[in-house]
Amino acid sequence: MAENKGVLVLCETKEDKLASISTELLGGGRKLAGDLGQELAAVLVGSGVGNLAQEAIAYGADKVYVVDDPLLKDYQTDTYVPVLEKVAGQAMPQVLIMGQTSIGRDLAPRLAFRLNTAASLGCLELAIDPSSKKLLQTKPVYGGNAQAVFITGSFPQIATVRPKAMAPLAPDQSRKGEVVTVDAGLDASAIRAKVLEQVPEEVEGIKLEDAEVVVGGGRGIGSPEGFQQLEELARLLKGAVGATRPPCDNDWVPAGAQIGLTGKIVTPELYIAVALSGSSQHMSGCSSAKTIVAINKDAEANIFREARFGVVGDWKKIVPAFTEKLKELLAK
Amino acid sequence: MNMIVCVKQVIDPEAPPASFKIDPSGNKVVPPAGVSPVVDPYAEYAVEAALKVKDASGGKVTALSLGSNQLRDIVKKPLAMGADELILLEDEAFDGSDSWSTAYALAMAIKKIGEYDIIFCGREASDWNAGQVGSGIAEILGLPSVTLAEKIDISDGKARVQRKTDEGYEVVEVSLPCLITASNEIGEPRYPTIKGIMGAKKKEPVVWKPADIGVEAAQIGASGRHTKLHKLFQPVREGKCEIIEGEGPEEAAANLAVKLREVKAL
Ligand SMILES: Cc1cc2nc3c(=O)[nH]c(=O)nc-3n(C[C@H](O)[C@H](O)[C@H](O)COP(=O)(O)OP(=O)(O)OC[C@H]3O[C@@H](n4cnc5c(N)ncnc54)[C@H](O)[C@@H]3O)c2cc1C
Ligand SMILES: Nc1ncnc2c1ncn2[C@@H]1O[C@H](COP(=O)(O)O)[C@@H](O)[C@H]1O
Repeated sequence: MAENKGVLVLCETKEDKLASISTELLGGGRKLAGDLGQELAAVLVGSGVGNLAQEAIAYGADKVYVVDDPLLKDYQTDTYVPVLEKVAGQAMPQVLIMGQTSIGRDLAPRLAFRLNTAASLGCLELAIDPSSKKLLQTKPVYGGNAQAVFITGSFPQIATVRPKAMAPLAPDQSRKGEVVTVDAGLDASAIRAKVLEQVPEEVEGIKLEDAEVVVGGGRGIGSPEGFQQLEELARLLKGAVGATRPPCDNDWVPAGAQIGLTGKIVTPELYIAVALSGSSQHMSGCSSAKTIVAINKDAEANIFREARFGVVGDWKKIVPAFTEKLKELLAK
Repeated sequence: MNMIVCVKQVIDPEAPPASFKIDPSGNKVVPPAGVSPVVDPYAEYAVEAALKVKDASGGKVTALSLGSNQLRDIVKKPLAMGADELILLEDEAFDGSDSWSTAYALAMAIKKIGEYDIIFCGREASDWNAGQVGSGIAEILGLPSVTLAEKIDISDGKARVQRKTDEGYEVVEVSLPCLITASNEIGEPRYPTIKGIMGAKKKEPVVWKPADIGVEAAQIGASGRHTKLHKLFQPVREGKCEIIEGEGPEEAAANLAVKLREVKAL
């Protein structure tokens, strides 16, 4: 049997480019491959994605497996799992990494069970253990109250990595690499779970994930009208509004506004947390913000353990006065 | 419609983060004193998803839970919510499971149950946040799966599932039998009614041991793991929040704005 070697990165694409998670993974994967003294390979799966192979090489891949097939246009479990099974069989990597995205969350565990190995989902950090050369997979557990480091006993060691946990390399267009085309070998009749349509959510203004300033509202905001006041503050600061889970579940804000373990990951310069308690599951999605500011009426709320600055009191009084003062200061 | 829902007893994830403690051995969590365990919240969403299908299309819902020391009052909650049966895989041999050994034992129990159209799991349990048992069961049983379900409609022997994606959602049509993992968009789990609670009190769960589902000791619990827990730790918090004061909330708010400008956070 051939020996497992190297690191393989699943590259997702977005609007005919490599998705940002993919360039991040290539950056992180490059480091892991270096520590193993082995190759970094990428796999591009989709329809009409072959032209992105050079981009993956520019971002650090030594070799790119391209699986191009009209049946692979949308992610579907029943097409991607066999394709990745095939590529993993051909590439025989020690480490296989993907993003903690709606694709990676679905694909990684199913593929791990298919390959009789294991996966760790939502890793914050991956490293090669200097002595055993095994992949140390660090991820939040218990909603972020703790972190665990897992080791997988078999190959490939599969992990998904959260957005923004790794940094891309500066692309080098002169880098050379090998491109390997793999035939998908799919049969449409094998698709038991079929994607009928994809419905993107409309976002006005700055995207939450990209915003430098995020105003996050919690259950204590109490209504959609309350969130309009947070919108006003966010607009003033050229930022975006996010939320904990209860406002999403109550339809005060769209589901896409949810920040946290099961929502979006944000890494703004400033996170203004308003009327949210600072549950570990929520903080899991925003604790990397450079400065966290808390507004909460309960001086004992956990958010004050996480924040750098805070005001204790009713947000209904504090947010309008804060917004007014900022208007004045920013006008100067 | 025959449905199976996998549920799990966990430490209450809504307990204050300050009460969270790790065992000195460094690989176990100490349940906080005086806080009762709960049904894993996403598994509760899975129960809700199954009951919604039952409301619309009729059928039977069987809850299935693996673990040791399962408190009857806790694990009976799905029954109180409206599930018809409860099966417990209860034995110390199941202790120390990871996603692999859990999914394997659950899949073998589901095989023994035999008749099912849909198996439901939560998207991820609140303890290890693994997010894998659902997909694992589907893979072991060779079933199609749809993860992160927000809404489910059954017609013509198929399920139409609205699945949450990073961009919004997608609609997936899946043949039955299948496995579905539920996200919170499914809707708040219903409260047990008095009648439901009384009914659940009277109903005894069926308890299966490893031998009942035909699994070897080497495949379950800690022995069946594919991963090793190398380390468990609590990230250190700096915890130095500067509380901005003022004569009344408005002034405190204005002082906060000034402070943020001063430290160039804005
Ligand atoms: C597996 C799992 C995954 C989860 N994923 C996520 C996730 O991704 N994101 C997420 O957010 N949650 C998630 N949760 C839910 C999480 O555990 C908490 O339930 C949730 O974050 C609580 O939201 P909150 O802080 O808004 O509400 P609460 O905890 O109810 O806090 C409300 C706060 O508002 C304050 N308040 C009320 N009124 C006022 C007022 N007038 N002025 C000022 N302050 C006021 C209160 O003092 C309180 O601190 C998850 C849970 C589980 C189990
Ligand atoms: N021990 C268990 N018994 C029954 N169901 C479980 C168990 N562990 C996990 N599950 C199910 O799988 C889901 C996801 O769990 P996990 O993959 O561990 O994050 C849970 O929400 C449950 O529906």
